[in-house]
Amino acid sequence: MVTATIQNLGHWTLSLFERMGRASIFFVRVLAAVPSTFTRPRLIIKEIYSIGVLSLTLIIVSGFFVGMVLGLQGYVTLVDFGAEESLGVVVAITLVRELGPVVTALLFAGRAGSALAAEIGLMKTTEQLSSMEMMAVDPIKRVIAPRFIGGIISMPLLTIIFTAVGILGGRFAGVGLLGVDEGSFWSQMQANVDLVDDVANGMIKGVVFAVVCVWIALYKGYEATPTAEGISLATTQTVVNSAFAVLGLDFILTALMFV
Amino acid sequence: MMESIIQIRELHFARGTHKIFNGISLDIHAGQVTAFMGPSGTGKTTLLKIIGGQLRPDKGNVQVYGKDIHHVSQNELYDLRKRMGMLFQSGALLTDINVFENVAFPLREHTRLPEQIIRDLVLIKLEAVGLRGARRLMPSELSGGMARRVALARAIVLDPSMIMYDEPFTGLDPITKGTIVTLIKELNETLGIASVIVSHDVNETMSIADYIYVISDGQVVESGTPENLGSSSSPWLQQFLQGLPDGPVPFHYPAENYRDDLLAGR
Ligand SMILES: Nc1ncnc2c1ncn2[C@@H]1O[C@H](COP(=O)(O)OP(=O)(O)OP(=O)(O)O)[C@@H](O)[C@H]1O
Ligand SMILES: [Mg+2]
Repeated sequence: MVTATIQNLGHWTLSLFERMGRASIFFVRVLAAVPSTFTRPRLIIKEIYSIGVLSLTLIIVSGFFVGMVLGLQGYVTLVDFGAEESLGVVVAITLVRELGPVVTALLFAGRAGSALAAEIGLMKTTEQLSSMEMMAVDPIKRVIAPRFIGGIISMPLLTIIFTAVGILGGRFAGVGLLGVDEGSFWSQMQANVDLVDDVANGMIKGVVFAVVCVWIALYKGYEATPTAEGISLATTQTVVNSAFAVLGLDFILTALMFV
Repeated sequence: MMESIIQIRELHFARGTHKIFNGISLDIHAGQVTAFMGPSGTGKTTLLKIIGGQLRPDKGNVQVYGKDIHHVSQNELYDLRKRMGMLFQSGALLTDINVFENVAFPLREHTRLPEQIIRDLVLIKLEAVGLRGARRLMPSELSGGMARRVALARAIVLDPSMIMYDEPFTGLDPITKGTIVTLIKELNETLGIASVIVSHDVNETMSIADYIYVISDGQVVESGTPENLGSSSSPWLQQFLQGLPDGPVPFHYPAENYRDDLLAGR
């Protein structure tokens, strides 16, 4: 009974290390393929379109609503202290430091990450990756690396857009609906949001989350079992693992940056 | 006989506990059409993938152009593969680009030819498989037979010195089949390349092959020129070539006794 438990635990740990090892090797292979991919910008631009541009609607609409909710909630709390002209600071700091990077990453994993995993898994299932290999074309270079670069360029930009639209949403709720003074909304924000402490740290999060989400999606697709179930599992795991990774890393990064 | 460009020696390969090859040795020569025949599921596709370096044998070695294909660097492997064309059993076209771009794909990846020349080369190969008019269709808009013909055009577009065809005749109507047979023969004769054909179509294969290996149960059970095989007295071979349901060739995947299996469910 006890030995069985220990055995299971050992087995689980070994397989965890094995999977982490495989994922790391995959990551290194992709990184090695990145420089040569920059010589083919058209491949990257195509991916920026399908990964980034096609996610815009989702990011903009979500950003606006998240910002409006922040505006409403912030107002309700601040008004008790007569501090509602600080609403701009509260909305901006929350978005720049936390909600911008985190929510964008979660939405990205659901929208683009799952699509990437499914696309690559299906290419594997239909032997397209195999046939490329037989044509002496490395799928890591031709298929994976352009998507990796496209994702890593797109996601931080989406984070910026989400944050900016969110601030507009907060202004709409606070200034437009609740009558907070527009001048103090913006000037307080300008005075209290720090370029390095807030904006730069927020962007670092955006980039880290981008690398992690894109890596997970590509790896899950590439390692998918070539069946319908395998692909469905790969897409699910992409979203679930990305969510865990993003939220866990966010805690660590926040502790390092802001505490 | 021309030089042998592929030598397989004592090849062993298993999928889990299922042994697929049990010490196969064979040679493939330039300028010849070599055919692999054998019952479904004996590992013909697997053998092509081993020759192409996509699967690793458990034992034995495979020399392609004098190099052990499973022990070369990735660059060398890719250099070898540029000299091989492979027609996949499923076609395996890239689904996000159209027919023209699929055929142009190897050219765009491996050459810096001007657009005009790429266009000419692609149209020549598409014309050869009768699909020049279908160049703007997407792979999802093709029938199974059309997709395989596009895949064939793609496999030959770099003018490889060796081509492996996995079931080139399946799903083709008799006229197209005739054209493809002629095409394979012409490619082989005019360019002096080595062709490897995997096929169940006994008549077509016998008509174009110079040498045939019949594979079953992990072994080469017969080999020889079509004439030799046709006149062989082996009951096994006669059953296979004539497609008789009864005889020494196992039609079934290995299984326990049928009656026991049915009764076991009660
Ligand atoms: N990915 C795989 N995983 C496990 N077993 C496999 C896999 N692919 C093929 N096999 C097994 O390997 C054996 C040989 O398969 P292969 O596709 O090479 O047969 P084949 O001779 O090409 O048959 P066919 O004429 O039907 O195409 C089969 O018995 C099959 O069960
Ligand atoms: Mg096969």
